[in-house]
Amino acid sequence: MKPHRQNVQWSLLILYLSVLGLLLWLVLYPNLYIFVQSLKREGGFTFLNYQEFFLNPSQIEALSNSVLISLGSVFLSASIGVPLAFAFNLYDFPGRRILAALASLPVLLPPLVGVVSFLFLYGESGILSRGLQYGLGLKDPPVALRGVWAILFVHAYTMYVYFYLFVSAGLRRFDFSLVEASRSLGASRVRTFFLVTLRLLTPAMTGASLLTFMTSMASFSAPYIFGGGVRVLALQIYNSKLNGDLEMALVETVILTATSIFFLILLRRYEGTERYRSVSKGTQRPPELVQGRFLRMGLGVVGVLAVLFLLLPHFTLILVSFSRDGTWTTEILPPAYTIENYRRLFSSTQFLDPILNSLEMAALATAGNLLFALLAGYLIVRKRVRGRLLLGMLILLPWALPGTVLGLSLATTFDRYDPLQGRLLLVGTYWILPLAYFIRNIPVVVRAVQASFEQFDPALEEAARSLGATWLYSFRRVVFPMIVPGVISGSLLAFVAALGEFVTSIVIYTIHNRPISIEILAQLRQFNFGSAAAYGVLLVMLIAAVFVLSEKYSSDGAQLGLS
Amino acid sequence: MSLLELQNLTQRFGDLTAVDDLNLSVDAGEFVSLLGPSGCGKTTTIRLIAGFLIPTAGRVLVSGREITNLPPERRNIGMVFQSYALFPHLNVLENVAFGLRAKKIQKNQIADKVKQCLALVNLSGYESRTMTQLSGGEQQRVAIARTLVTQPQILLLDEPLSNLDASLREQTRKQLKQLTRALGITAVFVTHDQEEAFALSDRIVLLSRGVCQQIGTPRELYHSPANEFVAQFIGKSNLLPLRFEGYGQDCLIFSFGSGVELRLRKAGMLHLRRGDVYRWLLRPEAIQFEKMPDNVRLFEARVLAQQFTGAFSEYELEGEGLRLLALQMNLSSSRALQVGETVSIHASPDAIHLLS
Repeated sequence: MKPHRQNVQWSLLILYLSVLGLLLWLVLYPNLYIFVQSLKREGGFTFLNYQEFFLNPSQIEALSNSVLISLGSVFLSASIGVPLAFAFNLYDFPGRRILAALASLPVLLPPLVGVVSFLFLYGESGILSRGLQYGLGLKDPPVALRGVWAILFVHAYTMYVYFYLFVSAGLRRFDFSLVEASRSLGASRVRTFFLVTLRLLTPAMTGASLLTFMTSMASFSAPYIFGGGVRVLALQIYNSKLNGDLEMALVETVILTATSIFFLILLRRYEGTERYRSVSKGTQRPPELVQGRFLRMGLGVVGVLAVLFLLLPHFTLILVSFSRDGTWTTEILPPAYTIENYRRLFSSTQFLDPILNSLEMAALATAGNLLFALLAGYLIVRKRVRGRLLLGMLILLPWALPGTVLGLSLATTFDRYDPLQGRLLLVGTYWILPLAYFIRNIPVVVRAVQASFEQFDPALEEAARSLGATWLYSFRRVVFPMIVPGVISGSLLAFVAALGEFVTSIVIYTIHNRPISIEILAQLRQFNFGSAAAYGVLLVMLIAAVFVLSEKYSSDGAQLGLS
Repeated sequence: MSLLELQNLTQRFGDLTAVDDLNLSVDAGEFVSLLGPSGCGKTTTIRLIAGFLIPTAGRVLVSGREITNLPPERRNIGMVFQSYALFPHLNVLENVAFGLRAKKIQKNQIADKVKQCLALVNLSGYESRTMTQLSGGEQQRVAIARTLVTQPQILLLDEPLSNLDASLREQTRKQLKQLTRALGITAVFVTHDQEEAFALSDRIVLLSRGVCQQIGTPRELYHSPANEFVAQFIGKSNLLPLRFEGYGQDCLIFSFGSGVELRLRKAGMLHLRRGDVYRWLLRPEAIQFEKMPDNVRLFEARVLAQQFTGAFSEYELEGEGLRLLALQMNLSSSRALQVGETVSIHASPDAIHLLS
């Protein structure tokens, strides 16, 4: 009766089942598997593992440390990022534009590289610590980044960007006639700020809080390098596994996952986005020139100092990357410089291999992400299939899972060949890392592709069809060119994330297939600071290039989305 | 044989019946509008004709050939979208040539046809502009040119004027009418704006909640609405409930609620039952304040409010427990009624139309 319709239905069903199946197998199954395993001891089901966890004071300490540090990071990041967003978006003063752009610089540092450059700067024998020590003529460095405060410091530095970017975006979309309405109804400036402005920015604030909280819970590099014995869950998992106490690692994993997801749901419930959307179209407000010459200059100076502080880690990384390995011990600055580190990076196979490994694995994972995201995005947005909610949740899940959790769950599930249980032997092989990167980046790429599909007016495809174009022709000439900017920028983000990935890699890497981040750590352990920094600079430059590229594509995309 | 025929067309989305058993035939060269409030099924209907939806039941025929299940690209039916759906990554030339290229027409032919079509919509010289460099009206003309260049058998227009501002809309409406008449295009036009539908259409299909209420010329819809919905949707209206009292000498006798009698001379057979109340339509402009040879007196009414709008004066009247709206042309000789004044209202029997 209806030939072309039925064909479409069949291929759609196959597509749907493969997307869902892949998500269930790679995203849900490993986590369920470790949950079940965490309830087992010597073959029988028991709560003994959990009992042991909750009776052990140091485990409770790790759990409460993780939560407290995360809450502290949210608070600190907000108190830096929110005022910056207000200052740069609402007020005009000398250098505002440049400062506003530079304020998002910390995103260029991948987690491990950021921590390493902080070590060079503020660590016990860091540039700043030694500088202060010698400058003041002290016996020991007066400041050394260590312990809980060090972790908080690193977190605030890297995560205030979330608040800065989210609130800036919120302010750019803000309907300032609401502020004017509030003032003309008799509310004071302060009252208006708290009851109108801040309330309307709730989605931006909760979004940034969520991102900061989850990233802090999952944070591994900062406690690993600066913790100095501070127990946090993400680190405990790694240590337990290293000590061969797999049962405890599993329990810690389940508890970390549960805590993360608990807070995710809590914040999401609080958010309730709809209520904050203004019914009117909104009037924009250009930044207001700060009155008073001295105040203006003062703000400019404070801004420059702030940005210098933000740029210090980048400069330090570049400086150290030119230092000769093994020469920098107790001096303030590295004493000897060379370009040998960079030359070696590209000439010696020993140094080049990690780069090639990472490039290859990141490319593989990203290609997988791209294909998967195109199919999933098409299904969710264009075909509006049933079970979209489930698909959406499965797709977001890897984002809520800390890197150590992902690493451990893959290491546990894919450690033997048993296809009937859906298990393959991947541990110790090349494939486990690309697979981990693929799973980890599913949310980023799918969301980018999904956004492109959503922006894309379905009438365009219909127009093409009614003008006589076949499905294939219209996909090739209309759909694909329109979604390509979003697809490219999403894939590029995934690619650099995979390139610099550290937290999952350290749990499951194999010695023959070391990614860049592991090599940085190895060089650091041998006091080859120059080589470690050179790897870091390479990563930062790749990330910067990707940001510039995706910025270009996304602005092209905005232009395309006009109709 | 009609060019386009819809037979018992039905489209359900879950529990919602968007189009319910619609029958329509459109002759070649005819301009037919689908008119109705939002959610009445008019857009669903042209999407069914275009092939973006497959109907739950019923058939779509073009020149007697069934196309119900044919994919859109094989129907040769053009569509102009409400949002225009211009391809933002292509320029004017590439947009207009899109359909020809998709059909693999020879290159030199494409260039000629595109050129002709752009001239037709006054866009010669715009070939290399991008969509963002065009005004709303120009975008709309590109959308029309892009569809016309493929020489569709039927042109579907989905509220193509709704994104233009008021003055441009009227101008574009005239151009559209000229163009479709000159080229003899068969068009199905969707709109919620009755003035637009009246100005453009040979016939109008009035839809409400997926059900066809009436199909007819604009004049038929205005003067002889098939039911109360049509009467109230089209133009302004007064509804008079009249009780049928019986037959007089060559006239029918009715009464208002209060017992005031009304004798109407009506041509044609009316099957009325004594004692039943029937609703009648009286358009505001048909109310007269003076006795004329060809009108009958209805009742006395008081002026509640008056509004001067230039060419017309609008009066709100009350009498016999009814509220009426009256529209009087402002001639230099006519006297303005004052609020509070009592007047006799009259109407020609032909202007009083029975609603079934």
